[in-house]
Parts: sequence; C-alpha cells; structure tokens
Amino acid sequence: MSLLELDEVSVTYRIAAGDVPAVRGVSLSLEAGEAVGLAGESGSGKSSVAMALLRLLPRSARVDGRILLDGEDVLAMKWGRLRAVRWSEASIVFQGAQHGLNPVQRIGDQIAEPLLVHNLATPSEASMRVRELLEQVGLPTWRARSYPHELSGGQRQRVMIAMALACSPRLIIADEPTTALDLMVQAQVLTLIRKLIAEHDISLLMISHDLSVLADVCDRLAIMYAGRLVEAGPASADFRHPYSQALAAAFPTVGDPASRLAPRGLAGDPPDPQQLPGGCAFHPRCPVAIDDCSTAPVDLRDVGPGRTAACLLVGRSLARGN
Amino acid sequence: MLEATDVRVEFGGRGGRRARAVDGVNLTVAPGEIVALVGESGCGKTTLARTLLGLERPTSGQVSYDGTPLSYTGRRLRAFRRQVQLVLQDPMGSLNPRQTVYEAVAEGPRIHGLPDEEKVVADALSRAGLRPPERFFLRYPHELSGGQRQRVVIAGALALSPKVLIADEPVASLDASVRGEILSLLLRLRDDLGLAALVVTHDLGLAWNIADRVAVMYLGRIVESGPTEDVLTNPQHPYTQALLSVLPESPERIVLTGEPPDPTRIPTGCRFHPRCQLFAATQDAEACRTTPLPTLTATADPQVACHLAPVPTTA
Repeated sequence: MSLLELDEVSVTYRIAAGDVPAVRGVSLSLEAGEAVGLAGESGSGKSSVAMALLRLLPRSARVDGRILLDGEDVLAMKWGRLRAVRWSEASIVFQGAQHGLNPVQRIGDQIAEPLLVHNLATPSEASMRVRELLEQVGLPTWRARSYPHELSGGQRQRVMIAMALACSPRLIIADEPTTALDLMVQAQVLTLIRKLIAEHDISLLMISHDLSVLADVCDRLAIMYAGRLVEAGPASADFRHPYSQALAAAFPTVGDPASRLAPRGLAGDPPDPQQLPGGCAFHPRCPVAIDDCSTAPVDLRDVGPGRTAACLLVGRSLARGN
Repeated sequence: MLEATDVRVEFGGRGGRRARAVDGVNLTVAPGEIVALVGESGCGKTTLARTLLGLERPTSGQVSYDGTPLSYTGRRLRAFRRQVQLVLQDPMGSLNPRQTVYEAVAEGPRIHGLPDEEKVVADALSRAGLRPPERFFLRYPHELSGGQRQRVVIAGALALSPKVLIADEPVASLDASVRGEILSLLLRLRDDLGLAALVVTHDLGLAWNIADRVAVMYLGRIVESGPTEDVLTNPQHPYTQALLSVLPESPERIVLTGEPPDPTRIPTGCRFHPRCQLFAATQDAEACRTTPLPTLTATADPQVACHLAPVPTTA
C-alpha cells in the first residue's frame, strides 16, 4: 500500500463569480521513503493539492475524490483524528519562512509546541528533543532561545524544517521550501533536506515552480498545468510532454550553447480556470498542437518506463507534423 | 556610456558602525551592451544599481554618463533620468492598482513634458509587446497577467526613449514559461533600439540567457568580471566557482557554509577568505588573511580579484 494516494482529487473554490476549478482530477501516489516533486506555474493548482492533503484549505474550497494517508481517508477524518495526523503523520514546510514563524515566541518554544500539544513529550523531554532537532538541521543549540528576527532567511527555513520533523512524521510536504532564498543558501537547505529524508526514511512531496530544484531532490516528478497532471515519471529521464519540455527549457543550463543569448519561453499565459480551452487545456500555447488537440479529450496514458503523459502526440510519429 | 568609478556607498548603522554596502566598484555599461550584475542578497548589487540611477549618492567615487559626472541638482538629474530608466522586480508592487495602463505609461512623459503623449504611450506599449496598444489603454493591472504587467512596467521605462535600462531581477516574480518571453524582449530592444541594460540578478541562468558581460559581486566588491562565456564557463574566482557548482547541472558541489557576513564587518585581507574553499585547502595563504586586493578596473576583459587564482590575463 502506498503511503499517500490521491485518487481523482479535485479542488473547487466557490467565489462570487462562480466556481473556480483549481484542481481537476489529480491521481498520484507516493511510496514510503520516496521523494516526489510536483511542479507547475502559479495557478496550476499545485499548492491547492498540497493544502488539500491535510485539509488546510479555506471553507470556500470543496475537495472531491479520495486522499488516503497510510490507507486512511483524510477527507473522512474527524477533527480530533485530523489534528493528530497533522504534524505526527504528515507535516508541512511552507514557503516564506518569515511568515510561518511567530515573531514574539522563541524558536525553541515553537519547535516544542507540536510535541507538547500532542502530548508526545514532557516539557523537559521536549527541550531535549528541540536541541536534538536544531543539531539535525545544522543550527547551534543556543539558537533555541532566539527570536525569528534574529535569524537569517536560511536559518528560519531550517527552523521550519526542524518543526516539521519534531513529531517524527512519515511524510513531509514542502511547498516551495527554497523559493525566497539565495542560491548558496538554497543549496544548503536542499542538501539538508536530502540528508534528512535519507537518514530518517521520510517520504517527501515537494512542490515548486522550479524543475531544477525538484530534479535535484526527487525520485519522481509530476507536472501540473491548469489543474491537471500532464506528465509524471522518473526524475532521471527526459520529459515527453511539450509543456514539461517548455518548462524545463525555461531554466537554461549554464554553458549550453543552445540557450546562450536565446531565452526560451512559451507565448501567451496560463488559462483562466473559469474559461478553460476545450480539448487539451495547453493547446493554445502548444508549439506542436494539431487540430484534434482543441477538441479531443486527453488523459494520462503510458508513454515510457514508469512515465505517463497527457498528450495526443507523445509517442506518435505525427508529432511535430501537422 | 554609464560608468561607475571607484564608487563607495556607506550607510550609518546601529551602534555607529558604518555599513560599506558598495566598497569600491568600477563598472561600465557600453551602448547596446547587456551587463549582468550577479550576487547574493546583501552583496550590495541593488545599492550599486540605485547609485547608477542617481537615486543614491556615492560616499566617494563618481558615476558618469557619456563622460560627464552625474550632477545631483534638479534639472541635470532629470535629464539623466530620462536616459537611464529603472525596471523593478515586482510589477504588482511597482504599478498603481488604481491607475490604468495608459496612465501608468504616460506618467513619465508627462513629468518630462513630452509632446504627443498618446503616440508616445502607444509606441512604448507596442515595443514592449502589448499589441495592439489601444486595447490595453484602459485596462487595470489586476486585469492583466504577470507577464503583461511586467511588459507595462517596461513600456513605462521605454516611453522616455532611454539609452540604458537598469533592471532589478526583471523576471524573478514571473512564471517560468513567461520568463523567456520577457528576456527575449530585452534582447530584442537591444537589437532594435540599441538599448543597453544592466540586469541585477542572483540568477546565473538569466545571465547566460541574455548578458554580454557578467560582473560577480561579493560583499560590496566586484570579485570577477568578463565576457559571459569566460566568467560562467571558466570561472577563476573561488566564489564564482562555488556559485556555479551549486547549479543542478554541475557534477560536483561546493556548498559554502554560512552566509555572507554583514557589510559593517568586512574581513581583512581578501573579504571572501573566511568562506573560501581554496583558502581552506591552502596551508600557506597569509596574503588572503592580511593583504587587501586591488579593486578591479572597468575593463571588458576577464579579470579576477583573488590571491590564489591564476594571474588575470589583463595584468
């Protein structure tokens, strides 16, 4: 049984102007000890998926489908059970570490809080555990007495990771954990995440707009566009879906003559979720689209070893023809 | 064309300590040239950019434009600001949400009293890729996508027909798929209008995508500069080497520990030595600890400020 299984998960926001389908039938599974990256642009629905996993979405959001965490349906859980699951079975590292921490509480107390709230430790055990956690994330133990503003952005992100690890969860969901950080600090945090998930046998669902960051840490990658998965497969192999390929090309390889003085992107913008194009939602921006793409429904299908893609053209000889 | 000569910018800090945000920088941007100024946050790159725009007065040294030192009095500064325009990072923050696209782009031409306002605005919008321009006149920022908003900001800069754009992280807040289009726009403006640009960024891929030259800044100084191919594929300074090594495609990583020290306490000798992997690996490197390095000149040739790097080719 998978540690985490999403079965046709949809998230719809109800706003004054009607329903906004942010996530449209995403199925994805994550095995114990596996690191999966979920990539997409803003508005692709990737963060809605992350929030739905622990039912952290606002009331205006409706979640359909099934989310199984270790076989248990998260959407059917009672409040008490859900509270126990958060932190101790699965925890989240949010983006923007400056907002995730309480500015007027010492960081040691913040890391200890989930342990105490869940009655997993006595106060003295908790403070020992805080020291242990700070060491694990590479911060000196005296930092327990610091306030968030005394730390740099990278150090605050380490504190967030320590909090997520506090109750020894089996799954960590990291939503853009390195986005606001400098290159070198980002490298430090990614090295830390890689080390921790390997040492503690934790599963990781990492969400980012930056494919290169995900490919660095994850075993498998899934790409979202306009609320759907368009491709999923091993991080080690090349993408097949034209959108994934365009997304990958947007982050050039330094030293690659093909991208020198030749930035690559996609014309147009991601679609308005309330006015999705027919057929494949990507077809208006797709460089290889054919007539059928605007009408025929596209579903994920196998296109290679461990790889699925939702594109009419992938694996067909007529690709790039018209 | 736009030149910084031995520019230093200091700020008063807490407890009377002075922060040397920019600590001796020589840099030029030639007509039609795109220069990337690369560094981590806190290295002084934004302060340097603001100084080049005349928004910050150097504590010592000077900024000159077309050979004339920048004057900080009203009229001359205003004339200079027409020539050198700023493009900010976050288009949602730099556009007034209650102003239409037309009003946003027309603001500069009005301040500078340009005739034919409507034509100026329409031209600027279409050069920035918003065509047909009339369709965008009455739109508000929230009705536009992120990429379109950044194009409006760029159009606002173009409306004054500047010679140089100074762009601070121009694509950092944009989606990946849109990023390439905005960078292509900067390249096209250079080709069509001969527009020069200084692009301030922490993104080495961006520099590789569009820059002719790269200057790497660390703690207030440029530590390495030269043509993009030289600096990014054959870096000489250990700091540049470390920055490039943490890119995903790099086979071997040099992850520096710690973070850039603060500019009120710049280390003696080479300012990078406390974090330097070469210094750490070398037994006999007294010079790194004690001997300050000369500032790099404004030449376009490859140069590096390091005691341990091979002698720069332009010595």
